[in-house]
This record gives sequence, C-alpha cells and structure tokens, in this order.
Amino acid sequence: MRSVERELKKFIKDNFFFGDHSDFADSDSFLEQGIIDSTGMLELVSFVQQQHGIKIEDDELIPDNLDSIDRLAAFIRRKLAMSAPEQSSQFATKA
Amino acid sequence: MCGIAGILKFHDEPADRELVERMISAVRHRGPDARGVYCDRNVALGHARLSIIDLAGGQQPMQNVDHSLCITFNGEIFNYLELREELVQKGYRFATSSDTEVILHLYQEHGEDCVKFMNGQWAFAIWDGRRQELFLSRDRLGIRPIFHTRTADAFLFGSEIKCLFACPKVHREIDLNALDQIFTFWFNISPRTTFAGISELPPGHCMRVSKREMRVWRYWSLGFPGGWDSGGRVADREEQWAQQLLDLLKDATRIRLRSDVPVGAYLSGGLDSTVVTALAKQATPSHLKTFSVTFDDAEFDESTYQREASRFLGTDHQEIRCTYDDIGRVFPEVIQHAETPILRTAPAPLYILSQLVHDNGYKVVLTGEGSDEMLGGYDIYKEAKLRRFLAARPDSQIRPLLLKKLYPYLPNVQAQTGAYLKEFFRVETEDSASPFFSHLPRWKLTSKLKLFFSDAVKSEIQARDSFADLESLLPAGFSQWEPFCQAQYLEAIFLLPNYILSSQGDRVAMAHSVEIRLPFLDYRVVEFAAKIPPRLKMKVLNEKYILKKCTAPFIPRSVAERPKQPYRAPDGKAFFAGQPLDYVAELLSPDCLRRSGLFNPAAVEKLVDKFKNGRAIGTKDNMAIVGILSTQLVMHHFVDKPVRTTEYAFS
Repeated sequence: MRSVERELKKFIKDNFFFGDHSDFADSDSFLEQGIIDSTGMLELVSFVQQQHGIKIEDDELIPDNLDSIDRLAAFIRRKLAMSAPEQSSQFATKA
Repeated sequence: MCGIAGILKFHDEPADRELVERMISAVRHRGPDARGVYCDRNVALGHARLSIIDLAGGQQPMQNVDHSLCITFNGEIFNYLELREELVQKGYRFATSSDTEVILHLYQEHGEDCVKFMNGQWAFAIWDGRRQELFLSRDRLGIRPIFHTRTADAFLFGSEIKCLFACPKVHREIDLNALDQIFTFWFNISPRTTFAGISELPPGHCMRVSKREMRVWRYWSLGFPGGWDSGGRVADREEQWAQQLLDLLKDATRIRLRSDVPVGAYLSGGLDSTVVTALAKQATPSHLKTFSVTFDDAEFDESTYQREASRFLGTDHQEIRCTYDDIGRVFPEVIQHAETPILRTAPAPLYILSQLVHDNGYKVVLTGEGSDEMLGGYDIYKEAKLRRFLAARPDSQIRPLLLKKLYPYLPNVQAQTGAYLKEFFRVETEDSASPFFSHLPRWKLTSKLKLFFSDAVKSEIQARDSFADLESLLPAGFSQWEPFCQAQYLEAIFLLPNYILSSQGDRVAMAHSVEIRLPFLDYRVVEFAAKIPPRLKMKVLNEKYILKKCTAPFIPRSVAERPKQPYRAPDGKAFFAGQPLDYVAELLSPDCLRRSGLFNPAAVEKLVDKFKNGRAIGTKDNMAIVGILSTQLVMHHFVDKPVRTTEYAFS
C-alpha cells in the first residue's frame, strides 16, 4: 500500500540528498522544509509522469497536490484512478 | 602585462636568485617576450614581460637613476603620459618612454600616496633601498593579481600562487575555510585564498614589508552617497547624468587604447562590449579587430548579435566555436591557471577565446566587464527588486508571474507555475532586514552543495559562519544604503575581483599572454556610477537604462533592445554529453575522492549517475559537479604534485 511513498522517498533521497544522512517525514512540506528547490520540483514531476504514465497539467502544479510525500502519493492515486481504472487496479494489487 | 615575483629574506643572507628564476618561470605565460631578475643582498625581484608599451626601453625589473629604487610591475598606468608631463615639469628626467618609469618617479615624488594619482590596472613591488622595505600595491578594483606568503626566513610574492609553490618550503594545503566560502559565495573572501597560509593583497590595498614588520592598508574604497533627486527638472537631470557618463566612458576608452601594439576588442553580443567597441572605433576610426566565442547550443549562443554588432561598427571580426567537448578538454588547464575551485565552466570558453586572440598576433583586447556591476545590469538586482515587491503583497496571485519575465532564458523557470514561483521566491521575515537580502537566494542555494563534503570537512566547517565573515567587512553605514546599492557593492567589491576579474578575467586571458583592458572599470567611471541614482540604472525592470540612453545613437538597435542575457556556458554537459573524459572518471572515482578526503564518494557517485542518465537539469547539480571536479583538479595540480616549473625552464 505504501510502495508509492517508498518510491517517491527513494527518488528524493537519491536525487536531491544524494544519499546524505538527512531524513524527513512523509507529511513534511517540501517547500517549508527546503527539501526540494524549484528545479527539483520539475525533476520530481517529470519522474512521476514517466514512472506512472500520467500527464500532470499546469493547473495541477500546486502545493496542495505536490508539497509532501503524502500529498503527492494521494495525487498520483487520484490521477491513476481517474485516467485509467485498469491501471489503478493493477497498481493496487502491486501495492 | 606581465608576471612578477620576488623574495625578501628576513636574515642577513643573500636572496636566492635561482629561486626567483623558478618563481618567474612558473608564470612565463604572462610574459613570454623577455625576462629579468634583480638581486641586491637580501632581496630579489623577477619579471616576465609581455611587451606592450616602449617595446625597446621598458625592460624590467627597472631601477631609478641613483639605483635606490627598483620596480617589478604587472599592468598598465593609462594616464602615464599626463603623469609623466607633470613629473618632467617638476624636474624629473626619464630614460625610457615606459609607464614603468613613471611609477618609479611618482613613488619618489609622493611615496606610498603615488597610487592615488594612478589610473590603471596594476600589481607591482618596489624595493626601496633607502628604507630597506618592499612596497607592494594592487589596483583599486583588483584587475591584476598579487599573492604573498612567508616562510621561516623569507617573504615571497608573485602574480600567481604557482610562483610561491616554486619554493619547496611553501606548504601546499587546501584551506577548508576557503572551500566553505567558495561553496557559499562562489569566491574566497580576500585576502584568503584556496590555500592555507597563502594570501592575496586585496584590491585597493598597499603593503610594506621589511625584515621586521608587515603592514597592509586600504588606499581606496567604494561608497554610495545617496541623497539623490534634488533640484532641477527630472528630465534635465537625466540628460546630465547620461552626458557625463558618456564623456567619462569615451575618455576611459581613449586612454585604454594607448599602446605600442594593436588593441582589439571582445564582442560578446551584449550591450557592454558593443559600447566599448563602438567607443574604440570612434577613437581610432582605422582598422579594429574584434573577437567572439560562439556555441552550438542556442541556449548560450549569441553569434547573431555579435555579427550584427561587428557589421554595424565595421570591425574585422574573428570568431571561434566552442563545443561541449572543447570545454571538457580545456577545463584542467583552466583550473591550472585559475588556481581555485570554481562552480561554473564560464571561464573555459574565455580561455579558448584568448587563444584565438593570441593566434591572431594580438596581445591586448578591450572588454565590457564592470558595467553590469556598476550600472545595474545583473539579474540579481532585478530579482531583489521583485522579491521586495512580492513581499509587500504576499497574497497576490499575479505578481509571482513577473518572475518569469526575470529569467526568459532559463527553461526551468519558464516551466514553473505561479503558485510555485511564489513559494520559491518567498521572502522570510528575517531576510527582509539582512544586509545580504539580494544575494540570499543565490547563497542559500549554493550552500546546499556542502552536502557533498566528506564528514571530516563537514565537521571541520560546522562551527563556521561565512556570512559573518563577509558581514564584518561591510563598510560603516551599509545598512542605511539603498538596497540597490547594497547589492551593487556586494557584486563589485566581492564577486567582481574574486571571480569575474580573476578566474574569468586575468587568468584565462594571461594564460595565452593576452592583456584585457576594461573601460567600465576606470575608477572615474566607477566612482561616477556610484553617484547615479538607482532609478536611472534600472528603470522599473529595464536594466542599465542610463547606459542604453547615452549610447543608443551609435550601437545597433537590436543589441540595445534585446533582452539581457548573462554570459553563461554549458556546465555538466561539458563533461558528460560528449566523449568520455579520462580525467573526469579518474578524479571523480571513489578511490581518488577518498584520497583527497574532501567529498563523500557515495554522494558524488549518485550525482555522476544523475548526469550520465541526463537527469541533472538544475543549477544546483551543475554547480555541484563543476565545483567538485574543479576542487579535485586543484588537489591534483597543486597539492598532490609539484608545480610544473621544469617545463618552463628559464633561459
């Protein structure tokens, strides 16, 4: 069930902290905690689109959708459920 | 333009002539035309000459008539003809027509105050036999370099740090405090250098060294007077500022054409170098050669504007194409010359450009540096203005979109939505009052690169506060200055000498025996520019408004009206997009990183993977890879092995 969260966290740790010791909670705000900078946000969005085969529209690029592991994972699940029900169930079984 | 070096022994023993020869040989590239050494008991001065003024008579080191003084001098005194005339009227007799001899007599006349009369770019040392003291000086803005150190028995100085490393007694070790500063500000805070125990003489400073003591003092400082906008009509005042600025720039360019060899010009395609080229063409309507670097990558290339400026001004134009591979190939040589870690590859194309100048038989070029600092061209000024504007209305949804106008050339910014831009440029309450308000986003971003440091380095620098280091150097009253002037000061006094004029200026030009001359950094222009009201430097968000206004009639409209594009070069791509480079693989290997002990090999490995997979798109990753690689090169060139003086055998 938490595989999306794990995958997002690994991506962030590898790509923005480069394996540094820093840790953060799934509910921590990326912006407020300085976890991801402006370009990092673009990298993360591009990773999510590629990984899950979804298209994120400009008006969806808002902190409400993206600003923590929890929010982003929930957003991904909503997108998957909306765009392709069969993908969503496949994803649910995998998780 | 030249290379200088010297020794003063503290005890009563002869200075080592052979050592000075080695020191000067280490900077032979700065002066391939002639070499000389002067020895007098405890002192020895060396000189490598690039002959530009008085080709036959200007040999150095040069003594005065009674041999009480001897000078070794790197640079140009552009008002030397006027100074010479005054000295002649006071009864001084000249044996040469060089500017070097003018300094000698000026020192005889005024002592250490001589530098206040000089308009130019210099680093020199005079041995004053009567006082048994060395007198050293560096120009106001720091165009020419000079470094020094002391061993148990001697004081040593030289144009580059490699001169000092020619002495086996000089310790070679990276200064971790310096590394901390570079990975915060992009530069060391003068007099600190990359190496522990090696100092530079800061810009606008002089020093005296005797066997007993060493004294360093500032002879020039930059201030912003404020108190603008009084008396007369606004439009009239604007006209006056514009006319006076133009008159000064014309004269600054005119005296920078004084030379016994031909003077060319760089054309970047931007406003500043186009203005300088236009003024040079007006002053000498004959043949003028211009030089440019072009890129395949449209994100960096400005060749359209360069060619247009050349056509419009009627110059004989030469250009050289710079590829990713070229930057990767020359980068180790660039660091050999820069002698410091750097976070951008921007010096590399300029290194390639100075080779083009040299290959065309030119020794001197005019360039446009200094205008962005003093006349308000940098984006960081606009960004600070916008951030204050946003902070005043934090809830506005529209204002954040202005940030996109700020960086039209940065795709990563263009791809952001308003909601995110607003968050990223948000002003924290405590930041509003910081003297570094303008530079905080840059420095905070750069500081994040420190996560790549090894645990040992992290623990060493943990208690340090680079911001406090810098704050202690701000002039009295700085907090009351206009924010725009504060930002200008930070750029002009710190970034300009410690990065732009050194790694990106003197070092990469002198690497190919090319002297740069910078009309915008004539001290009269700089002091006048500090008096111009900020609203005329940046009118709303129109940068360098007053410069555009006074030069519009004689430069191409397309150049005057184009959006500002700062000079940039491909960074990480230079090392990973083309042919694999052996030195990159070796220096970034876990083994090599562990040996140098400065970076965390596992973190660097992940960063390298990100580049190899083409996922590293951000400024931070790019600065990190260039910073780590250049630091490893500094270790390789200077700490792990001796300086290659044998290749520069003294003849």
